[in-house]
Amino acid sequence: MQVLSKINKQSSIFTSLVSVFLGLLVGGVMMILAGYNPIQAYIALFQSAFLQPFDIGETIRTITPLILTGLAVGLAFRTGLFNIGVEGQFIIGQLAAVIVALKLDLPPVIHAIVAVIAGALGGALWAFLPGYLKAKRGVHEVITTIMLNFIALYLSNLTVREWLTDGADKTKEIPESASLHWNMLSQLFDSSRVHFGIFIAIVAAFFMYYLLWKTTTGYQLRAVGYNPHASEYAGMNVSRNIVLSMMISGVFAGLAGASELLGTAGYQAIQASYTGIGFDGIAVSLLGGNSPLGIVLSASLFGILTYGGSNMEYVAAVPREVIRVVFAAIIFFVAANIVRWVAQRRKKKVIDKGGEGK
Amino acid sequence: MKLKALGALLLSAALVTVAGCGAAQDSKGGSKGQSAGLVTDVGGLNDESFNQNAWAGLQKAGKEMDFNVKALESKRDDEYIPNLTKFAREKRTITWGMGFKIQNALEKVSNQFKDQHFAIVDTDMGGKIPDNVAAVTFKEEEGSFLMGVIAGSMTKTNKVGFIGGITSPLIKKFESGYRAGVKAANPKAEVKVVYAESFTDSAKGRALASSLYNGGTDIIYHAAGGVGKGLFNEVKTRKQGKYWAIGVDMDQSKLAPDHTLSSMVKRVDVAVYDMMKKVKDDKFPGGEQVQIGLKDNGVGYADTTKEHVPAKVLKKVDDFKQQIIDGKIKVPANENELKKFKP
Repeated sequence: MQVLSKINKQSSIFTSLVSVFLGLLVGGVMMILAGYNPIQAYIALFQSAFLQPFDIGETIRTITPLILTGLAVGLAFRTGLFNIGVEGQFIIGQLAAVIVALKLDLPPVIHAIVAVIAGALGGALWAFLPGYLKAKRGVHEVITTIMLNFIALYLSNLTVREWLTDGADKTKEIPESASLHWNMLSQLFDSSRVHFGIFIAIVAAFFMYYLLWKTTTGYQLRAVGYNPHASEYAGMNVSRNIVLSMMISGVFAGLAGASELLGTAGYQAIQASYTGIGFDGIAVSLLGGNSPLGIVLSASLFGILTYGGSNMEYVAAVPREVIRVVFAAIIFFVAANIVRWVAQRRKKKVIDKGGEGK
Repeated sequence: MKLKALGALLLSAALVTVAGCGAAQDSKGGSKGQSAGLVTDVGGLNDESFNQNAWAGLQKAGKEMDFNVKALESKRDDEYIPNLTKFAREKRTITWGMGFKIQNALEKVSNQFKDQHFAIVDTDMGGKIPDNVAAVTFKEEEGSFLMGVIAGSMTKTNKVGFIGGITSPLIKKFESGYRAGVKAANPKAEVKVVYAESFTDSAKGRALASSLYNGGTDIIYHAAGGVGKGLFNEVKTRKQGKYWAIGVDMDQSKLAPDHTLSSMVKRVDVAVYDMMKKVKDDKFPGGEQVQIGLKDNGVGYADTTKEHVPAKVLKKVDDFKQQIIDGKIKVPANENELKKFKP
């Protein structure tokens, strides 16, 4: 996974900023080609993400799970693992949280805490399987995690239909005691659905920073990511670190699912397809250079683009598919590391010229 | 190694793009400040069914009655609340929520914007309809009764079938009406009823249809959403003129043109249009459940019915239709009413 370790080593804020700029540029060109006014559209987008307290609250709500899924992908990247299963771990997190919320009868606050922990453990379990298979059997985690996404989706649908309800398409609303909804916070933003999850997300980001850069375990995780063979030679247990990395990654994904369910939706519905929040985590993490601060910032950007995108379409009538193109273009520019490529070519030119001069 | 990782990156880019979002449509009009908004469920505006029909009805109302109408597509369940809120905040005269999936969101938003009017389709909100909400539901049993009349009159084996989606009061309305219709037209005919316990599993629909046909049934009506596709796939492979299917919700004859007798159509567009008329006349039925049936042209049979159903049978169908409209026949909407039903 050399490309991954390259990103880990080299990505700078500068690369990300240039990629964002180029991504927005690509989106703008597309809008011009389709006959829309990009400047008007982008103004509408950013304005409507912040214009009113309600919108700011909803933007924060959109950002919350993206931070967590971004951290999930980023942590696995650091250990050289490509966790595409964040989506599935997210769903299992939702499912575990809704089961605890509906089936247990606990006092307020404690109920919510137990449900959140259940979500985290659910995600960890779902990530443990591919981690274990990778460590012990050498099965590529991309394959297993993609497959487990499907299993998670349909397992959730089955559980909702057969066990949590009587053949209905969604569960009952979770009791107040398990909800992450915080009235004061919500009122602050004009009764939008911003919830306690944002604090969970920020704490998780701090946790990732502390773990990776301030502990021995974190050092090992990163070392395995840079070079598993050297790490093994240095006496580190590579298998153990792979499983551990996947499980922590799954905890983040599970937290994202639990906080979405307990804070935003309040029920689990039968889903025809993925929510896409887990997959967006890949983009968030890549843009954020797999570092906690970068991930929080890039999740914010993607959240603003996502929520503002629906307004952009409302105000400026630009289809919000354009925003998805911008997402993809940004990832493309980050992955291709266009900044470094250009810099290297210029350097080479300078050297060539110097050679001619002699 | 490097290639593999690059491939994975490209794959992730593709995944992110695929998991995309939705679109809004605008249609100008409305000088007197009357306006309406429509929020779709996750099916989207071009679902060739429910949402599309509703939007057509609203656009018609906009044009004829001078409403400024706008639609917002929801791509995910969590977009219902922001979308409804957007319209409510604009102080639209009325905001439509399409389908029972949107019920929770509409409950919350209508509670928050008590001065605004809302309407929801296909649910009675559990019987607790807020004062600023009108709930529109259909008398599916009446339309299904006509399908029963067609099936009862056309069967040669005196065995007709019904495939239901998930067992629920809503689908029981279809079943009861249909069975009553068969009984009224042909007391000797037997109705075989099966439930798929799914609204999406078309393979199951096909298996059920196959076993019904093999058991001597020659006409099958379904009220099972996507499961019904399996019925049409099955009937297509069988002898034309001997085995028939009856569709639901919209004209489904194009799924199997030579094998479709009729379809029970739900005119969501008519329902939306009628409600807009009431809004225009300042007669918004807040807190009420508006049930529309044959009388209001809210349910009925598809225009293509005359292709395969002889005029004689069609006349009988129209005859029953008139009797229902006149109130001479009360179509049963559940099991108990069906037991008491005497044609």
